Amino acid sequence: MATMTTPATPAAPPTTRPTVRPAKRRLSVGRAAAWTVMGLIVLITLLPFYWILRTALSTNAGLNADPANPLPVDLTGSGFERALGLQSAEEAIAQGGAGGGLDFWRYLLNSVIVSTLITGCQILFSAMAAYAFARLRWRGRDQVFGLFLAGLMVPTIFTLLPNFVLIKQLHLVDSLLGIALPSLFMTPFAVFFLRQFFMNIPHEVEEAALLDGAGKIRIFFRVILPMAATPILTLSVLTYITSWNDYFWPLMVSYSDDSRVLTVALAIFRAQTPATGVDWSGLTAATLIAALPMLVLFAASARRIVSSIGFTGIK
Amino acid sequence: MTIASSSPPIRKRGDGLLAAVFIAPAMLGFLVFLLWPTLRGIYLSFTRFNLLTPAEWVGLDNYVRMVNDPIFWDSLAVTVEYVVLNIGVQTVAALAIAVLLQRLTQSALLRGIVLTPYLMSNVVAGLVWLWILDTQLGIGNEIIGALGADRIPFLADETWAIPTIALINVWRHVGYTALLLFAGLQAIPNDVYEAARVDGASEWRMFWRVTMPLLRPVLAVVLIMTVIGSFQVFDTVAVTTAGGPANATNVLQYYIYGSAFGRFQFGYASAMSVALLVVLSAITVLQYRLTRAGQSNLG
Repeated sequence: MATMTTPATPAAPPTTRPTVRPAKRRLSVGRAAAWTVMGLIVLITLLPFYWILRTALSTNAGLNADPANPLPVDLTGSGFERALGLQSAEEAIAQGGAGGGLDFWRYLLNSVIVSTLITGCQILFSAMAAYAFARLRWRGRDQVFGLFLAGLMVPTIFTLLPNFVLIKQLHLVDSLLGIALPSLFMTPFAVFFLRQFFMNIPHEVEEAALLDGAGKIRIFFRVILPMAATPILTLSVLTYITSWNDYFWPLMVSYSDDSRVLTVALAIFRAQTPATGVDWSGLTAATLIAALPMLVLFAASARRIVSSIGFTGIK
Repeated sequence: MTIASSSPPIRKRGDGLLAAVFIAPAMLGFLVFLLWPTLRGIYLSFTRFNLLTPAEWVGLDNYVRMVNDPIFWDSLAVTVEYVVLNIGVQTVAALAIAVLLQRLTQSALLRGIVLTPYLMSNVVAGLVWLWILDTQLGIGNEIIGALGADRIPFLADETWAIPTIALINVWRHVGYTALLLFAGLQAIPNDVYEAARVDGASEWRMFWRVTMPLLRPVLAVVLIMTVIGSFQVFDTVAVTTAGGPANATNVLQYYIYGSAFGRFQFGYASAMSVALLVVLSAITVLQYRLTRAGQSNLG
């Protein structure tokens, strides 16, 4: 359990420094076999990405004629144009599309708004609560924290239907706020996770700031939060990815373009295309565009979060 | 934030007021969107409710109906089949990846690569593999065809559909699971391996005698998490097979969704959610007991 609950020191987040040195780099049969397996794993992981890129850059007619060609068939950007709604309906249908098109930029904006709102609020509020649980003295603290922990046990699926009923009663169905609201304030996991880091910050740090005349609110924002920057970044990226990728809840809550997020739009795009003669070029292009923001976000933060991801063990 | 100005720099004994302010938003979210819906969901399971008229108390009717509903049992069976395949393959694969990552290299790049599918949504992962496994044009079937075998209608065939969906989700999740296990492996002190090596133990033997016993607590927690997540499969089914063919992939969550939003039987859907909650709680307790997750051999 050590990995889950006790980071060594909050100020020095887990580094990539190896605790286990790889065995001497002699090339044995065993090592060669192990590297082969590793290579296969990388291949299975990455090839599907290449394949959708190759498909997105092909024409539907070309895909039908030459399905096994490892390169794009009749290299074209038409699939992307269709996914972004840059083609006229006639043109799109001629290319094998449904002609309905995606209002892509709108769904992208919706996804950005929802994910940003959830991540920003959830991390801030969870951090505040975690600070109160970790560093403030008040009566009933452990009991309330126990209650929060019990919340970890309730699977999300169980709260979805009643939450939908509530959102409907609040007249927030088909709004971005309706999608964001249930995860806006906290998750038991985020509170639990951040509390662990805050608890390990040495008391001397806080006392020094107190002597300098800083209030506890100031200490929270100026001392505690910066010291927990890496775990907060990791948690933020994971929360962003989770809310960006969420499908079930937005599907329940949104009915129109006003609140449609990318995942839901993609599923609709797929459902629209005729069962015979799917617009694979357009569909894979849309898929790539929808996935791209998370790949960029991850690429930008990977260096810092990959090594600390183990600490998020209870997600 | 209004109390910022009134908060004195020198402490009184407690921080009650400040704590109340700091906890308020999280508490609001907890009560309104977690505790209340949990209680309400249980209440709704005893009612007939279609969203339009007020919920009407019907006692155990929904539960009686559930017990006598062959589709419910069928979807439970399908879900269990999915979970067993998904978790079985995923755990073994993740463990293999984690050990390879630990024993072969410390490359953060490799760890990043292994995690990439996790960045995709289930919807995207489903669509990607729907295309690769397409019976007519998919490269997967092209390869099978080129090898001289019959094409496999992976997602359109009753026997293949669930294993296929299970493997698609393994592809998406295995890297994340592997990283969690990898973190557990990193906590095992190097001396243990060195001592084993001095004793002449092979890598294989070290895996079974050192790695597995010391990793057990972490493995147990990861298993409980992934099993609970796996039971809630929905997205992939929704974009690939929509429950078909012939209910072959009508997993529990899909059936619950259909009952609520297709047939507006929110009471019945809630009763099935309660059943799912009970199943998940039982599994959690059982797994925790079986693996003695509370004890760590690391001490």
